[in-house]
Amino acid sequence: MSVDQDTVRRIAKLSRIAIKEEQVEPMTGELNGILAWVEQLREVNTDGVPPLTSVVEAKLSMREDVITDGGIPKDVTRNAPETEDGFFVVPKVME
Amino acid sequence: MTTKSPEATTGQKLIQGVTGPWEIVIGLEVHAQVSSNSKLFSGAATEFGAAPNSQVSLVDAAMPGMLPVINKYCVEQAVRTGLGLEAQINNYSVFDRKNYFYPDLPQGYQISQYLQPIVGEGTVLLDMPDGKTVEIGIERLHLEQDAGKSIHDMHPQHSLVDLNRSGVALMEIVSKPDIRSSEEAGLYVTKLRSILRYLGTCDGNMEQGSMRADVNVSVRRPGEELGTRCEIKNMNSIRFIRAAIEYEARRQVDVIEEGGTITQETLLYDTANGVTRSMRSKEEAHDYRYFPDPDLLPLELDQSWVDEIRLSLPELPDQKKKRFIDDLGLSPYDASVLVADRERAAYFETVAEGRDGKLASNWVTSDLFGALKKSNLDVTESPVSAEALGRLIDLISDNTISGKIAKQVFEIMFAEGGEAADIVEARGLRQVTDSGAIEAVVDDIIAANPEKAAEVATKPKALGWFVGQVMKATQGKANPQAVNEILKKKLGG
Amino acid sequence: MSQLTDMTLAQMRDGLRAKTFSAHDLAEAHLTEMEASRILNAFLVETGDKALAMARESDKHLEAGTARPLEGIPLGIKDLFCVKDVPTTAGSHILEGFSPPYESTVTQNLWHDGAVCLGKLNMDEFAMGSSNETSYFGPVKNPWRRAGSNQDLVPGGSSGGSAAAVAAKLVPGATGTDTGGSIRQPAAVTGIVGVKPTYGRCSRWGVVAFASSLDQAGPLARTVQDCAIMLKSMAGHDPKDSTSLKVDVPDFEAAMTGDVKGLRIGVPKEYRVDNMPEEIDALWQQGIEWLKAAGAEIVDVTLPHTKYALPAYYIVAPAEASSNLARYDGVRYGLREAGTDITELYENSRAAGFGHEVQRRVMIGTYVLSAGYYDAYYLQAQKVRTLIKRDFDEAWATCDAILTPTTPGPAFAIGEKADDPLEMYLNDIFTVTANMSGLPAISIPGGVTKDGLPLGLQLIGKALDEETLFRVGGVIEEAAQFTAQPDVWWR
Repeated sequence: MSVDQDTVRRIAKLSRIAIKEEQVEPMTGELNGILAWVEQLREVNTDGVPPLTSVVEAKLSMREDVITDGGIPKDVTRNAPETEDGFFVVPKVME
Repeated sequence: MTTKSPEATTGQKLIQGVTGPWEIVIGLEVHAQVSSNSKLFSGAATEFGAAPNSQVSLVDAAMPGMLPVINKYCVEQAVRTGLGLEAQINNYSVFDRKNYFYPDLPQGYQISQYLQPIVGEGTVLLDMPDGKTVEIGIERLHLEQDAGKSIHDMHPQHSLVDLNRSGVALMEIVSKPDIRSSEEAGLYVTKLRSILRYLGTCDGNMEQGSMRADVNVSVRRPGEELGTRCEIKNMNSIRFIRAAIEYEARRQVDVIEEGGTITQETLLYDTANGVTRSMRSKEEAHDYRYFPDPDLLPLELDQSWVDEIRLSLPELPDQKKKRFIDDLGLSPYDASVLVADRERAAYFETVAEGRDGKLASNWVTSDLFGALKKSNLDVTESPVSAEALGRLIDLISDNTISGKIAKQVFEIMFAEGGEAADIVEARGLRQVTDSGAIEAVVDDIIAANPEKAAEVATKPKALGWFVGQVMKATQGKANPQAVNEILKKKLGG
Repeated sequence: MSQLTDMTLAQMRDGLRAKTFSAHDLAEAHLTEMEASRILNAFLVETGDKALAMARESDKHLEAGTARPLEGIPLGIKDLFCVKDVPTTAGSHILEGFSPPYESTVTQNLWHDGAVCLGKLNMDEFAMGSSNETSYFGPVKNPWRRAGSNQDLVPGGSSGGSAAAVAAKLVPGATGTDTGGSIRQPAAVTGIVGVKPTYGRCSRWGVVAFASSLDQAGPLARTVQDCAIMLKSMAGHDPKDSTSLKVDVPDFEAAMTGDVKGLRIGVPKEYRVDNMPEEIDALWQQGIEWLKAAGAEIVDVTLPHTKYALPAYYIVAPAEASSNLARYDGVRYGLREAGTDITELYENSRAAGFGHEVQRRVMIGTYVLSAGYYDAYYLQAQKVRTLIKRDFDEAWATCDAILTPTTPGPAFAIGEKADDPLEMYLNDIFTVTANMSGLPAISIPGGVTKDGLPLGLQLIGKALDEETLFRVGGVIEEAAQFTAQPDVWWR
């Protein structure tokens, strides 16, 4: 499988990375180079092989339902580029 | 008695278009907030209405290197709810990441369950007003994180983001497309909420957003293939759900009948204008790129734990209703009214404890509920406790007062409080059963109305007039049965 | 004071306890070296004041006889670990200026054991790279140069700053992270020891995530023993990391008995790749001979799916990264570039904030997870991963540890492989299998090329059996007598 330039534009959009028109062609080439290389995985017969879910042999441990966190609004927002009255600020979003 | 809705395409559910009847097909995705103290994957509080970003952990804010750890209580509530919906519990389930960008989604993905949810297929039964029962299939229930909240109307150029809700545990309960009318949709949400409240897994508070629904609506001519559906997002009132379905179904029928086609889209219901409109933010096609969350291992449940949870389930509305009908002799209607709400049912059961079930039901459903409704009170706020109402009923049963007097006493109790027996004593409302005293009154009335007394021989109905007069003279305290017997004896009739 | 920085971590520990010098002396000596060696670009942040304050605290403990395991030992921290109130960038422009209000569990464990923080070490951006050239803050220079050459070489990556700082003796030890070889490969090409523990041995909490199912923290130091000492403090169960293992941390130092008699060492034929440089092959043979001489039994093992590990890795790691890096959106922290609407703000911030390699991997990851391609790429890669893990499970029936070269070659020149991502990716060909299967592995300096550049030998162990790696690693170290040192050109 290989990607065309429209696919690269679509992936960039899905990834939320602005891509300049002149970058599309070289990026297409780079991605196709990598995709062609990983293509060799298709040779492997994986019939009946389950996908790996975890490398560790452990059970998901659970925590108790107690409040142990929060109450740190300043820590939460202190690195933010823009805040107002304790909220994060972003350009207006239309619903 | 129980009918599968898809086959029950009876006339009344269809809507009429210009070209003929149409069937509405509805499926609901209900998001129910788990009543937990802390969030699904962090230790921050879930309480409603806190200051912005004050109930946010660094995990909820998706700070670099932060990791999720699951809340056991939330898992338990999902299992509990699944059991309450008589659904398949999956002892192996997987958390996936649903990837998309939105300012109130700090991680850039929502942790949810996609291919392997914790709960599989189940059922919800709807009691229709005509006494029929409709079965709605549950497709699945899964656990997921709620997003934060974007506020769009506080600033002209900006949206403000508060992450307090970010990471709160939700159960997404997905119905099969078995619902065929706005009425059924409303009853479905009501019933689901009732089950959740019985189970205690969600408070069902729709105003505060702890229960919300996405409503999928399509229309088709009866018997035809499913039509294209539209999804009305984020509904938080049963009334609006019904109205939105009515509007949307009509809109779709109009579009098709005018030769148009329905485009699959995401809609918002504009409550002010009573119309649905397209959501701009959802126009772009999504590709959520689900994959198992590598920060979490698969969720594996011990069957013994599931069994333990099953044993701890309370009696649910359907079981309770059956018991009320079978054991207490209630009508299906009264039983439905009583079980619809966990607190109401509990109130009734206290009243009925050791007493006549039907009598208790009459008092609770008509007198008490009527009075509460008039005063706009919830059963938990009732000025008359269930125990006090029970003791009032005891006074009727042991002939201390008549049913009619009891209603007077109840009104006093409701308005002023107090114990039934005290009110009866203080106000001298005790029933007169002494036949000598009644006879004296009867004799006086007969003596004062000789012509009426003569009529009774030919018109037995005239006896009723004398009963009324005696009751009036005794301020209702005379035992009506005794009055009748004495009058009959004196006047024949 | 330069002899203070020449010591191994273990020697420093002993000297501090014997009060031959103070923790303050030790910290100052290292800070002086760091300042004099800035041309290496190993440190992104030097935390001199913090280091001296911590050292003074350590001196109190040493004085009071309450010394903790790492009391007064100065360490460098890869910039992927969040250190409270110290800028943490992960080598990326998008996190420039970010100051975490929290401390990663691993660094917390180190400070809890008395270690002293010297600063934050340069690295490939978000740990994506094998040469340290993808750092937004410029490449790190390898202290080693080819004999008779002035050409700057890469220190490997992504823990290149850590490796260079240890090799140049700016620090006795440093933390690293290893997703596909990011500890072992730089350790090998800078002539030091690096350990990637079993997945789940060290907490990932507070470590900026690259690929969650592969990332694992570990130590880099100049000796096997020093790594054993550091790992003992770094490791341990952390309830804040759901993938952290609930197991006790053994005394890794005590495991170094020097005795490997009867131990079965597997040699997998699949690692004898095409075009393997003769020097690498010779080193591998040498390693086999050393272990034989020490009484170990050498057995041939087969790991048939080895050649698929790297391509599978380049699906799994970018896929996880594409999702892990979605949080860098210019809303809550980090770089924000204006846009007319929220989508443009995201796109501009991420385009300006991520370097080219990161963008490429995020896009590959997005693609392999997208509708219609998931099964062919991501799912197939995870199935192949199962097969890779099974290969190892079967190998353990006949051997106790596996010996391979660490890298397919020595350090290369800055810029030499920058144009061809695939050639760069091949640096991880021998190391990536341990990440794909979650197994522990260690790289030990084995010798030098004819140009005088260091090469490493890798040992891969059974899950949670780091002790055997330290034991065998100690024997290789002893046999190799790796005493080569880079000429000090950088100060």
